Amino acid sequence: MLRYVVRRLLTLVGIVIVISVGSFYLIHLLPGNPATVILGTGDSPANRALLYKQLGLNRSLVAQYVIWMGNVLHGNLGVSFISQTSVASTIRAALPIDVELIVLSQILAFAFAVPLAMRSARHPDGLVDRLLSAGSFTLLSIPPFIVIVLLVLVVSIKLGVANTGPSSYVSLATDWVANLESLSLPAFTLALGSFVLYFRVLRSDLIATLQEEFITMARSKGISHRRIMWRHALRPSSVALLGTAGVNIGGLLAGGFVVEYLLAIPGLGYTLISAIASSDYLLVQGIVLVVSVGVVLVNFLFDFAINLIDPRISRE
Amino acid sequence: MSSATSARVDEVDEASPDEARAALGPLFWVCVAWLALNVFGAVFANVLPLDNPLYQNYSLVNAAPSLHHWFGTDDLGRDIFSRVVFGSRVSLAVGAGSMLIGFGIGAPLGMLAAYRRGRLDALLTAVMYVALAFPAIVAVIAVLSFWTPRTLLKIILVIGLASVPLVYRVIRAATMSVATRDFVIAAKVQGATDRRILVHELTPNVAPIAVSFLLIGVATVVALEGALAFLGLSVNPPTPSWGNMINEARTVMSQNPWLVLFNPPTPSWGNMINEARTVMSQNPWLVLFPSLAMCLLLLALNFVGDRLRHHFDVAQVKL
Amino acid sequence: MSATPERTTSATTAPVASEPVLLSVRDLTTTFATNAGPLRAVDGVSFDLGREEVLGVVGESGSGKTVLSRTIMGLLARSRVTVSGSVRLDGVEIVGASENAMRQLWSTRVAMVFQDPMTSLNPVMRVGHQIDEVLRVRLGLSRTAARARSLELLSLVGIPSPAERYRAYPGQLSGGMRQRVVIAIALAGAPALLLADEPTTGLDVTIQAQILNLLDDLTARLHMSVVLVTHDLGVVATRTSRIMVMYAGRVVESGPTADVFADHRMPYTRALLECSPRVSNAPHTRLAAIPGRPPNLAALPAGCSFAPRCAYATERCHREVPALVETTTPGHQYACWNPLPARGGPRP
Repeated sequence: MLRYVVRRLLTLVGIVIVISVGSFYLIHLLPGNPATVILGTGDSPANRALLYKQLGLNRSLVAQYVIWMGNVLHGNLGVSFISQTSVASTIRAALPIDVELIVLSQILAFAFAVPLAMRSARHPDGLVDRLLSAGSFTLLSIPPFIVIVLLVLVVSIKLGVANTGPSSYVSLATDWVANLESLSLPAFTLALGSFVLYFRVLRSDLIATLQEEFITMARSKGISHRRIMWRHALRPSSVALLGTAGVNIGGLLAGGFVVEYLLAIPGLGYTLISAIASSDYLLVQGIVLVVSVGVVLVNFLFDFAINLIDPRISRE
Repeated sequence: MSSATSARVDEVDEASPDEARAALGPLFWVCVAWLALNVFGAVFANVLPLDNPLYQNYSLVNAAPSLHHWFGTDDLGRDIFSRVVFGSRVSLAVGAGSMLIGFGIGAPLGMLAAYRRGRLDALLTAVMYVALAFPAIVAVIAVLSFWTPRTLLKIILVIGLASVPLVYRVIRAATMSVATRDFVIAAKVQGATDRRILVHELTPNVAPIAVSFLLIGVATVVALEGALAFLGLSVNPPTPSWGNMINEARTVMSQNPWLVLFNPPTPSWGNMINEARTVMSQNPWLVLFPSLAMCLLLLALNFVGDRLRHHFDVAQVKL
Repeated sequence: MSATPERTTSATTAPVASEPVLLSVRDLTTTFATNAGPLRAVDGVSFDLGREEVLGVVGESGSGKTVLSRTIMGLLARSRVTVSGSVRLDGVEIVGASENAMRQLWSTRVAMVFQDPMTSLNPVMRVGHQIDEVLRVRLGLSRTAARARSLELLSLVGIPSPAERYRAYPGQLSGGMRQRVVIAIALAGAPALLLADEPTTGLDVTIQAQILNLLDDLTARLHMSVVLVTHDLGVVATRTSRIMVMYAGRVVESGPTADVFADHRMPYTRALLECSPRVSNAPHTRLAAIPGRPPNLAALPAGCSFAPRCAYATERCHREVPALVETTTPGHQYACWNPLPARGGPRP
């Protein structure tokens, strides 16, 4: 187990280094002199000198990377010349919103996916299973941006529910009820996509697990169906589910951008899109770095959770 | 039934292998027909008797569906049906184009690695593993936001390259399961060349898996392009200001269909839905029809891909 | 002696000495719905099992012995299986009982030792908790009482340092240890009837004897009745009071163990006996094998199912199914048109 964790941690460090190089190099994809593009409207001799110092632009690429990485490790992602604010502090303000959105959506998704998958797997190809499978398949084919647009059309425009429309985000500190209202539509949208994934993965694994001899043995003990499902079948069927959840939640960290953008919820996704729109490249670079590392970390945590859940894996 | 019992029953119950294959069913063919219709519309949009998708009829703004305008007209008086058909070009071009790149690179590499094993496999798999850990969607957004100006070709290229590691992983796993089967080993023992085995033994057996995965991949990319369009990261359509120019563009387009790859005259479905949001409350048709078109296309792609996967009894592979 | 045995009209075995009867099986038939049509895995089986009696059920794979034990246990899925006849455990009818009703009987009245300890334990649950579960859910013991009892059970089944093993996952135990755990789970509810379905097939030969001896010892100490299912006549020879030989879902011979071994009348029983290796055999003796293979249960031959493989088969054997008939020994029955001579006498 320990060896496994150490090996995974070393891989993690390797991947993070690759990500950092990638994010660093993004700036050099820009056509023309990076300084001109980064400074944008804030171009002045003083700012130009500052930027050259900040990024070491007149030195070699390797030296520039070392300077940049040194800053990053000190939590300094640079100062945006567009908004005149520190990139790190902008990200620190936006990140908690994404975390809240993801937590809400995942609670919803799991709360529906797990019991319904159990219900479906109990009688595969039965009426309930067919209905649920067909329903989940249909939902699979509705992209989140269509879901959110239709939800806004119905819930906030036609029904006029308060705090659900675009630009009605209320922070958690201000008013938690209004906050939940303002996050309800995006959380529901993200939950729907996650639900479909989790339901389908868990259903097929549960069906396979329920064929196992140890389930028959558990039945022969005379314990309830509910107990067999929750205590015996769920855990061994959760490996693929957790793997999927890890990738999916990582994706939501970045993939929540559509719903955030549409409802002007100032999370990382919204900030990223605004930064792209205003050509604030240092901010884009910072968000890309933070989100990428976040995705990799989430995946790592879920891999670790899989090991805790199924002792067979780390023993291999 | 418990597995032990069914195993014992199966010993005496020699089911023919054909029975094991899941039937495709009529719905499968309905979906195939729908896909064919979509492709037909996209390819022949400028030959079909459709309204000019860019012609603005100011006397008929935000019209409800009618015989003349099946899907109604938008806020500029343009025919929504015609725009939906033309819009499928961008969506399908991105979906099919990027998957061709992804499979063009990922599939041969995956097959080769799985067949040869050894050092080549170890190296390729290690590289792909690192690439897979990098969140593809972030990479796509990052590259597209920096690599301006955004043309259709660039978008296809970026998404296509980002999909290579996933394609590699699926094809490698599929090839591995085939490569260890008896007929491949038999061919090897008989002294068939590697090239012959790859082309004649492995490819026909991996192809069905590749096709089903490709369809699901196209669906994913079509949805991704829609999301990118929402963020203004897809191709930026020109906003035509007067009619003559549009007509001009249209005649040029029919002479040179490749022009669509660089400068599509109509936005993709994602763009349409995004633009329609602002006038959503006055004209819900504007959101509804492109959304419906996209969902039905995705549903057909997913369904056909899923059925094929079951039909060829491929283990669950997730994109 | 080749006295013509008296034909029995019913397929019922005469009650054996040890009364009262714990398990009474009458004309039990288990039919699976398969793509190839209905398949009778168990066909008209009847027998009685007394208290503290050990019955051996013997047959090749595909003879229906495993399905028989699962039918008695009531474990088969209801949707694809039809069971007819009667199984009474202490007077309670099991055929047609609901899963809820069966739940009341499982563990506390009847328990099963499964065939393969590699697959029958939950791989992601500590073995101690798998024993606790029976004690807590079925017997209502507290957490601490259940743990104490589980440790007792672990040492009862001969597991060294039980406190350590209690926390182990099945993957951390050897096959023999796992089967001991499976037995401990079966014993946890103190059942009156234990169904042991090939309890040693998945194990090394050296471990097999240990597990069988353990079962032997425990059934005597805990006053249980046992149905021991196996394909190996050698296993049942010394451990059972009676044996029942099955072929293609039917009972073809049954009787007191010693009698069946010494005076078997059905050619199939003899073939089975010749298949098991014996220490008395000279070194390098070629093991006998029964020619042909067990029949397809979905397409049984018209007459005796064994006829196509039988050296003594006559035209009648291919035409009519033989019924069970009594021999002169009480309780010893066989189903054969052309039986072997009694006690090694000449063939008729």
